[in-house]
Amino acid sequence: MENLVEVKNLKKNYGSKEAVKGISFNIKENEILGLLGPNGSGKTTTIGMMLGLLKPSNGEILIDGKKIEENRIETLQKINFISPYIELPKKLTVRQNLIVYCRLYNVLDIKSRIEYLVEKLRLEDLLNRVTGELSSGQKNRASLAKALINNPTVLFLDEPTASLDPEIGDFVRSFLENYKKEKKISILLASHNMSEVTRLCKTVLMMKDGIIIDKGHPEELIKKHGRKNLEEVFLKLSRSSNELY
Amino acid sequence: MNFIRIYGLFLRHFYLITRSFPRILDLIYWPSIQITLWGFISNFFASHSTYYNNAVGVILTCAILYDFLFRTSIGFNMLFLEEIWSRNFTNLFIAPIKIGEIIISLVLTALIRALIGLIPAILLTSPLFGISLLDLGVHLFLLFLSLYIFGITLGIFVSAGLLRFGPSFENIAWSTMFLLAPFGCIYYPVEILPEFFQKIAYSLPLVYIFEEARSILIDQTVNYENIINAFYFNGIYLLIAISLFYYSFGQARKKGTLINIGE
Repeated sequence: MENLVEVKNLKKNYGSKEAVKGISFNIKENEILGLLGPNGSGKTTTIGMMLGLLKPSNGEILIDGKKIEENRIETLQKINFISPYIELPKKLTVRQNLIVYCRLYNVLDIKSRIEYLVEKLRLEDLLNRVTGELSSGQKNRASLAKALINNPTVLFLDEPTASLDPEIGDFVRSFLENYKKEKKISILLASHNMSEVTRLCKTVLMMKDGIIIDKGHPEELIKKHGRKNLEEVFLKLSRSSNELY
Repeated sequence: MNFIRIYGLFLRHFYLITRSFPRILDLIYWPSIQITLWGFISNFFASHSTYYNNAVGVILTCAILYDFLFRTSIGFNMLFLEEIWSRNFTNLFIAPIKIGEIIISLVLTALIRALIGLIPAILLTSPLFGISLLDLGVHLFLLFLSLYIFGITLGIFVSAGLLRFGPSFENIAWSTMFLLAPFGCIYYPVEILPEFFQKIAYSLPLVYIFEEARSILIDQTVNYENIINAFYFNGIYLLIAISLFYYSFGQARKKGTLINIGE
């Protein structure tokens, strides 16, 4: 399988502070890559650079073989993002929001794209409701529909199930697994939910203080560090000095 | 330029306006109050001032023109602030929309917002005060166009500040027009200002626009030099504002403001 995302020696400095210190990794087609790390480890900065919101101080990011810094608009057409920290305009209905984003992403057959996402994400009853009046779980599904509106080849998920109840959280995880299989997309998942990461990811990157301190399959990491689960591995690595494993 | 994307961003704000009656009312309310207030002041001055006694509608016309400028500029800022307030900022900036397309879309939407407020106010002036803006003749269009360009220019300047410094720049967004109003010589001739202030005033397009409005209404003469000067300064400031917006976007990407604003 080919790499849909290539990150090479990526660095980001804010003045004298180094937020990301030359990290490299790839995401293959039809792969979910987990990005773990304590707060302030550089995850958000890394995702910000991959979304074109931040300019790297050094290094490069290639999406589907194209450098994002040189082909920003073309690359943004192929990716999308969901995070509980950003929202869709609250005063618009879900349908209006989806129409707006169809236009912004130049979706040609708006009606069928919305119908497809409505069916997949069980949005039938929510379409004509004002987005700001939805529950957290309903808003999450609406945001997920927006994140898939352009049929992205690479999807960035920042804590996609935070603040969701277990039933809806499970629905979202199952949906993502199935959607990835169906569309063969690449997903970068940043999450603090270790069972979610264990379930969804074949490869996990552990970040701390702007560097990748370890990586591997969740089960391999658990075995390698002699712990019972990924959460314990996370705690061990978070509390250790920045030793590379 | 992709007009579908421009239309998409326009649609986002169009939906917002048309979904809410209080929002439409708010757009109409303030210009109407402003025009009514200045209409009565204008009537008073017309009967008690030798300068204005031959032109009942001078103050009111200038009030309408200034309000159009104010609404255009604030309208542009509001559209930008709306994205910050609704936490939609990140969604917008990760969409494949060019900076130029964002500017064009907001420029068009700001015009519609300004017209929604202003048209009812203009319609009020005729039955209430017997004054018609059409007295300015075909030059009215040039004056409005000039004010529109300057209003948009100020909006772009402020939005560039919002991009670079984040929501902390919001207060500046509200105060820009009040800072420039004294130098615009909206209700009085430029000669009233102290000499140093006159120099500042002559470096802004506003003074030429309002001098021209008074020239047409009071002296019934059209001074094309004023109109040309207004467009000349507008062109310079608009170019600077657009360049600054692009620069601020680059700086925001460098310093991380886009992420901080978005969350």
